[in-house]
Amino acid sequence: MSDLDTHWNEVERDARQVPIISVRDVVVRFGQRTVLDELSLDVMTGEVLGFVGGSGAGKSVLMRTIIGLIRKSAGDVEVLGVDMAGAPDEQRQAVERRWGVLFQHGALFGSLTVGQNVQFPLRENLRLSDRLLDEIAVAKLELVGLKPEVRHQSPSELSGGMIKRVALARALALDPDIVFLDEPTSGLDPIGAAEFDELIKTLQQTLGLTVFMVTHDLDSLYAICDRIAVLFEGKVIASGPMSTMLASEHPWLKAYFRGKRGRAYDGKVAVPAE
Amino acid sequence: MLDRASPTVTEPFLTATPDGDRLVLTAAGQWTAVHADALEREIMGLTRKVRAFRAITIDMGGIARMDTFGAWLLERLTRGLTRRGCEPTVTGLADIYGPLIDEVRHVSADPSPPPSERHALVYALDQVGRTTTFIGAEFIAIMRMLGAVAVAMIRAAIKPWTFRFTSTVHHMDRVGWHAVPIIALITFLIGCIIAQQGIFNFRRFGADIFVVDMIGILVLRELGVLIVCIMVAGRSGSAYTAELGSMKMREEVDALRTMGLDPIDVLVLPRIVALMISVPILTFIGSMAAIGGGLLVSWGYGGLDPTVFISRLKEAISLQSFLVGMVKAPFMALVIGIVACAEGFEVQGSAESLGLRTTSSVVKSIFLVIVLDGFFAMFFGAIGI
Repeated sequence: MSDLDTHWNEVERDARQVPIISVRDVVVRFGQRTVLDELSLDVMTGEVLGFVGGSGAGKSVLMRTIIGLIRKSAGDVEVLGVDMAGAPDEQRQAVERRWGVLFQHGALFGSLTVGQNVQFPLRENLRLSDRLLDEIAVAKLELVGLKPEVRHQSPSELSGGMIKRVALARALALDPDIVFLDEPTSGLDPIGAAEFDELIKTLQQTLGLTVFMVTHDLDSLYAICDRIAVLFEGKVIASGPMSTMLASEHPWLKAYFRGKRGRAYDGKVAVPAE
Repeated sequence: MLDRASPTVTEPFLTATPDGDRLVLTAAGQWTAVHADALEREIMGLTRKVRAFRAITIDMGGIARMDTFGAWLLERLTRGLTRRGCEPTVTGLADIYGPLIDEVRHVSADPSPPPSERHALVYALDQVGRTTTFIGAEFIAIMRMLGAVAVAMIRAAIKPWTFRFTSTVHHMDRVGWHAVPIIALITFLIGCIIAQQGIFNFRRFGADIFVVDMIGILVLRELGVLIVCIMVAGRSGSAYTAELGSMKMREEVDALRTMGLDPIDVLVLPRIVALMISVPILTFIGSMAAIGGGLLVSWGYGGLDPTVFISRLKEAISLQSFLVGMVKAPFMALVIGIVACAEGFEVQGSAESLGLRTTSSVVKSIFLVIVLDGFFAMFFGAIGI
């Protein structure tokens, strides 16, 4: 049994008590500018965490720091109990195979077909028969609500919503424990966005995923997030369920959740009658 | 999990035990992605063996973990058994796997096969046809660009204040001024090599001095302009295609159009005019550098005094040889510019298409430059120059 398995067993025992991602005092600087300033955040196993903050506040920076695309100046990031900076390469790669990332614009490989995109992580990491590869690709595409025929198309032929779905199918290819979603519903129409929210919720329940979602979409936050964390001036200033956000007196939170666009959700504020 | 890339598990995933006229398959172990390959093989082997039984129970109570891979393989097993006329029942599956099983149950039974393989001959004919129409379409695209540029030039001639001078100067700086060092270096080296080869071979019949004639005529009439054009096609033509192509990919070209501006006026004409001005200048610089290289090598390697070289050069070449070379330069620049811009506008959405078009732009413009040079040679031959 490896450390990861041991960790997994622990996690299953006290689900929702053990943080699957633990960020401690992380500092990220770009030149003189400090984007993340001693930020700490825990993501619990099996929850959907919505991560919000103003444009340019560094939400994507934190996500990229956790998945190792951006170097941090100080602090620790632990994922599945593994310290991502200090761990040997093999262990780090093992953790990397257990998360899937949905990039904001899909980041599908343009030279591969949709099916090959979904199969790519499978081919790289597992030795599977062609038949099984094909079937799993179809299964994953159907899981995200696409028709199997789509897999012969190339990414440039797809609409924005379909690209997001294919990217999600690719992120889910290896049956990860964690998925990182960078603005999954941006650029989708309200119906498409609602469907996508529904899809993420269903998948999260079906596959037992932990979801880390960077978003601006108040609807997503209401519909599927178990917990919301707010990034403001380089720190997490609040985290908790929607009710905590609505109760907060912090001016930025008030503006965000109880501003004009958020008001319709707040039961206490009556929508003016026609 | 995944870190155990080489599974040491020897216990089978499925154990078959006959129970009267019923077969019980007892599942065990990790039904997960890492073990999917071994699991699949075991299931394939098993389905062949169980033919004798009609009623089959699959007891999933003993599995340690299951993910989509395991769930799909279980689904495939039950489907396969049903197709063979068996009646499989799955028992003992933990509740947490319920939604997963429901999800894979909806997966299409047999994924539609990829477009079927065609007969080799049909494929070959198909490819020939496609390539022919493709070449035709490319030719039309280039002709269309030529026409559009001609119209834009006329428009700019009638209303000179609409012509974009700033942009043109900017492009001249990039394709002309910045290209001077590399062009001068390459042509200088080529001049050296020609002189060395000339001296080496002419010396055998004592005709050393004629190396000057060869360098002068060859460089001024043909090589100067050809080398420069090939360099420019590789250096600036490719840049034009990549710039216009990525602008097209990011809808910047469409944005221009919606603002009532013609992309030909804004993007293409300044680039082509810049090339048509820069290439003759570069040709002149290149020819001089090549003759300079020839002079140096004739002096150092052939022992030919520079004053002798220059006075021989005066006799060997006329103004005509020089003009023949220079006259070709703007036409070649036009061809490079037209091909580069036409290819740029043909770029589709993907990064691959951008790479393909850039390559094709360079290959095509070098090819056309050489073909055009051939036509010029025939033309000058016919009028006796």
